[in-house]
Order: sequence, then C-alpha cells, then structure tokens
Amino acid sequence: MLAYVIQRVAQSALVLLVVGLVAFSMFRFVGDPIDNMLGQERTQADIERLRVVLGLDQPFVVQYYKFLEGAVQGNFGVSYRQGRPVSDILIERAPATLELAAVSGFLAISIGIGLGVFTAIRRNGIGANVIMSASLIGVSLPTFLIGILLIYLFSVELGWLPSFGRGETVDIGAWSTGFLTASGLKALILPSITLGLYQMTLIMRLVRSEMLEVLRQDYIRFARARGLRERAVNFRHALKNTLVPVITVTGLQLGSIIAFAIITETVFQWPGVGLLFINAIQFVDIPVMAAYLMLISVMFVGINLIVDLLYFAIDPRLRVDRTGGH
Amino acid sequence: MTDITPPKDPSRLSLALQSDFVYQFKRSPVAVVSFAITLILVLGAVFAPLIAPYNPFDPASLNLMNGFSRPMTPNAFTGDSFWLGTDDQGRDVFSTILYGMRISLFVGAAAVAFAMVLGITLGLLAGYVGGWTETIIMRIADVQLTFPSILVAMLIFGVAKGVTPVEYRDQMAIWVLIIAIGLSDWVQFARVVRGATLVEKNKEYVAAAKLIGRTGPAIMVRHILPNVLSPVLVIATISLALAIIAEATLSFLGVGAPPTQPSLGTLIRIGQGFLFSGEWWILLFPAVTLLALALSVNLLGDWLRDALNPRLR
Repeated sequence: MLAYVIQRVAQSALVLLVVGLVAFSMFRFVGDPIDNMLGQERTQADIERLRVVLGLDQPFVVQYYKFLEGAVQGNFGVSYRQGRPVSDILIERAPATLELAAVSGFLAISIGIGLGVFTAIRRNGIGANVIMSASLIGVSLPTFLIGILLIYLFSVELGWLPSFGRGETVDIGAWSTGFLTASGLKALILPSITLGLYQMTLIMRLVRSEMLEVLRQDYIRFARARGLRERAVNFRHALKNTLVPVITVTGLQLGSIIAFAIITETVFQWPGVGLLFINAIQFVDIPVMAAYLMLISVMFVGINLIVDLLYFAIDPRLRVDRTGGH
Repeated sequence: MTDITPPKDPSRLSLALQSDFVYQFKRSPVAVVSFAITLILVLGAVFAPLIAPYNPFDPASLNLMNGFSRPMTPNAFTGDSFWLGTDDQGRDVFSTILYGMRISLFVGAAAVAFAMVLGITLGLLAGYVGGWTETIIMRIADVQLTFPSILVAMLIFGVAKGVTPVEYRDQMAIWVLIIAIGLSDWVQFARVVRGATLVEKNKEYVAAAKLIGRTGPAIMVRHILPNVLSPVLVIATISLALAIIAEATLSFLGVGAPPTQPSLGTLIRIGQGFLFSGEWWILLFPAVTLLALALSVNLLGDWLRDALNPRLR
C-alpha cells in the first residue's frame, strides 16, 4: 500500500517537473523577454543590465531551478500585457472561476443524479425517454452553442437574465463574491447551466446505467420482498451501491469543468481565469500562459492522484492485486 | 471504401455490393441519412467555388448597400436573391458558409490525418519494439490524457503563435491549428494500435515474416499495420467529428482561423455580435451547418463502430 502511494506521488511530481520545464521553455524561448520589457530606445548597456537582472546570463539549469523556486512560491513574473505581477492577476480572477465552477458542479451532481435515478426507475416511461433523447442532443451540442442559445432565449428574447459579466459583487477580504447580491446570483444562472450541462448529462447516463445494473440484483428483490417502501429500496439500497463509479467519474470531471470554463467565460465575458488565459493566447502574453499552465497542471495532477488513491481506498480488491496479497 | 473497384472486374463490384457491410448499411436508416447529409455537405464544400452565388473574398462583388439583408431579399444591384441573407459587409451568408465549411472540413480532416499518422507510428513502435521505447511513448500518452484535448490544442496554438513572426501569423494560423488539434488527438490512435500490435506480433504470420528475413520496419508496415486498421478507421471517423467541433470552438474563441479565412467557428463568432441587434441569420445558419456536419459524421462513426464489430449486433 505505502509503496504504491509513494510510487504514485513520485510519478505526479515527475509530471509536474516536466510541465514546469515546458512552461519554463515557453518563458525562455518564445519571444525575447528583453524585447518585451524594453522599449524602442534602448542601449546595449540597458540590454546587458536587464540580462543580469533577469538572470538570463546564467546556465539553463540554474535558470530552470530559479523558475521552479519562484513558481512554488507563486511568483510567475510580470504580465507583458498588463505590466502587473501574474500572481496578483490570478488571485484577483480566481474567485469568479471558482464560484462558477462550484455552482456548475453542484448543478451537475444534484440534477444529474436525480435525473439518473428517475430515468432508471421509470425506464420505459415517456418522461424518461424524453430526457434520454434530450441528453443525446446535450452531449452533441458544442458548449459555446449552448451558451449562445441560452443567451438568445433568456437575454435577448425574454430579457430575464443578464447576458454577460458577474453582476454586482461584494468584496470579502481579497475574495469578491457574486453570491450575496441579487444581480450576482442572476448573472450566475446562465453560465453555470452552460458549463455544467455536459457533466450533468454524463453523470445522469452513468447513474442510470449503474442503477439498471444494481436494480437487477438479488438483494433489491429481497428488499422488496421484505416489504420496504419503494423509496427506501431505490435510494438506500440501490443508489448507495452505484456511488463508487459515480464518485470517481465526478472527481475526474472536476478538472474538465475548470478547463471548459475557458469556453463559457468567453461566451459570457465572465471575468475569470479562463477568459484571462484566452486573452493571453490572443496577445501572446507568455508569463500568464505559463502560470495558467502550471496552475492547471497542479490541479489536474492533484485530482488524478486523489482519485487514484480514493479508488484504492474504496475498492479492497485493488489493494490485494497491487501488493500481492497484503 | 469497398466500392472503389476497377471497372474491368465486375464480379468484385457485385461482390462488394452483396457484402455484409453494404447490407448492414442499407438496413440502417440512421447510417443512410447521416451518410447522405455528410456527402451533400462535403460536396458543397469541395465545389464551393462552383456552387456559391458570390465569392465572399472578392471585394469587388461586395457592396455595403447590401449589408444586413434578411434571408430571401434581392440584391440591390443585380436583383438576385440572397437566400440566407447577408452579413454587415454585404457578404452572402450562403456563400460564406460554403467557403467556411471548406476550411472547417480541411482543418478537421488534415488534423485527423496528422494525428492518425503520428498515433499509428508511435503505437506500432510501442507495441512492436517494447522496452524503453514503449515506456516513454505510453507515459507521454498517459500524461497528455490527463488534460482535456481542447486545452492541449489551445496551449500548442498559443506557443506556436508566439514563435511565428507577427506578419505571418494570419497566413500560418490554419496550419498551426491543424498541428495543434492533431497533436492533441494522437493518443487515442497510439493506444489502440499498440494494443492491437501486442496481439498481432505473437501470431504465426509475423514469425514467418521474421523467418524469411524481413526487417522490423517492413514487418510493422506491411504485415501488422493492415491487420490493425479497422479499429483505426472507426476512431478516425469519430475523431473527425470531434476535430471539427474543436476547430469551431477554437475559432469561436478567437484562437483559430482568422477573419480573413473564416471557418464555421469564425462565422459563428462574427454572428454572435449581431444577435443582440436582431440579425439572427448571420449566426443561425453557420451554427446549424456546423451541427449538421458534426452530428452526421458522429452518427456515421457510431454506426461504423457497430458494423465493424459483429459482437455488438
């Protein structure tokens, strides 16, 4: 067990080192940092001085080490475009993305599991069939089209909800939240549905197929024979036993929610980290791109590690296989 | 696929038409309809210069007087009808869709071809050579698989944009896009090919080929490759649908095809700006075309997967 954990952690660290190398190479070789920081009127002496200040005169390995050291401390340099430290910009933008992701994740899990149970129990009902067909369309529609469709319907035609931005936000320390104002909450509705829809259909289909599997088991029949209520059978006995794969998949999907937030944030002009990243690509703002790459890698690798270890903790059969009997 | 038969050999053509594959195809309405839609759209894209009533990239044929024409309104000068309306610059929406689809399909197909060649090569190497080669290739694949492919494509696009000199960026954008989507998509192919190669390389025909002195590369390409191709075909079709959507998404986000060479995604990006002022046709028609294209290719891929795998029937 311990050997496996150590091996997994070491693998994750190696992946992060490699991603760090990629991010550092972007820093170092894509565009000339000196060109980006000094204006047209520069002298050779200026260039030399800045080279020393930035440490560009030192060997590659030393520079890479310094970069990693800075990255661990949250120091990613200065944005070419905004002229401010990247870490400040990221901290300022993070709450918007995290709140959006949290609401979408919540919607996806609660509605996804609810609809999954419903479609499994009423397998042949009209409602279940309609939901299943609708989910097919939901899976094949690209995210940005869903967003545009919702904007057209609820903002342009009906005029109920705002089509862009976060509405009014309240600052709690460094965290600006949209949860506390009516306009902030209203602004969250469309983007979070857009972002969570794909994950919702995924979770729903997964819960449905797992439920159908479980409902055929003997212990469900026995539970019914014992005279338990339908609700107790469905939720206490059946749903509980479908949750292991659901937890794993949901965990892995958390990462995709953050990644797909890029698209949603662009459609709704949501001032989060994803929009920052897209603008960084458009204007070739390398420090921001590198920082985003590092940040998202830490998150993805971390989620993967946790899910792997969770799996290991939940399913005892895996433990026996990997360690050869102990 | 099977109907490309030399005409001098009629027996093979009739054989192909009677094959199980064609029979399955005719029996599935979904397959026939999605194949027909795909075919119509592809032909429309290929013959765009012949079909399109206007050349949207020829400034001489444009006139701002025609800007924002509703669908089915006549051209102010020639009296011809704009079937699907015009955009802000007076470009015929129907023509821009045909040309846009060309770029979407070209980028999608080229990206999948690139991913396929890369994936097959690395998959064959990993499966056949084994050892360190395999470990390195498959570890890279695992790492890449932890990240969503759209994110990988965006990063590659961003880096490539940084490397290209400013004056070439628009010209190179299409090629950068192909490489970015291709590189984000090779893992699927490599995994499947490696798996199949591991099975094939222990079969007797490979041993026989070794015995008559064939070299490693020849065995991989001439003997193993043909036997692992059918799952690759299925993945390629489904990948094509995904690549078209990926391209549209990147272009929509403004990190893909430039406005000078608009793909369907770029057209949707442009159209989104006019949605609020009520010019819905600039957005709607490219969006519907994109959906029809992606959905029909996707359904075709699903059907192909079932048809080539008799166990699923």
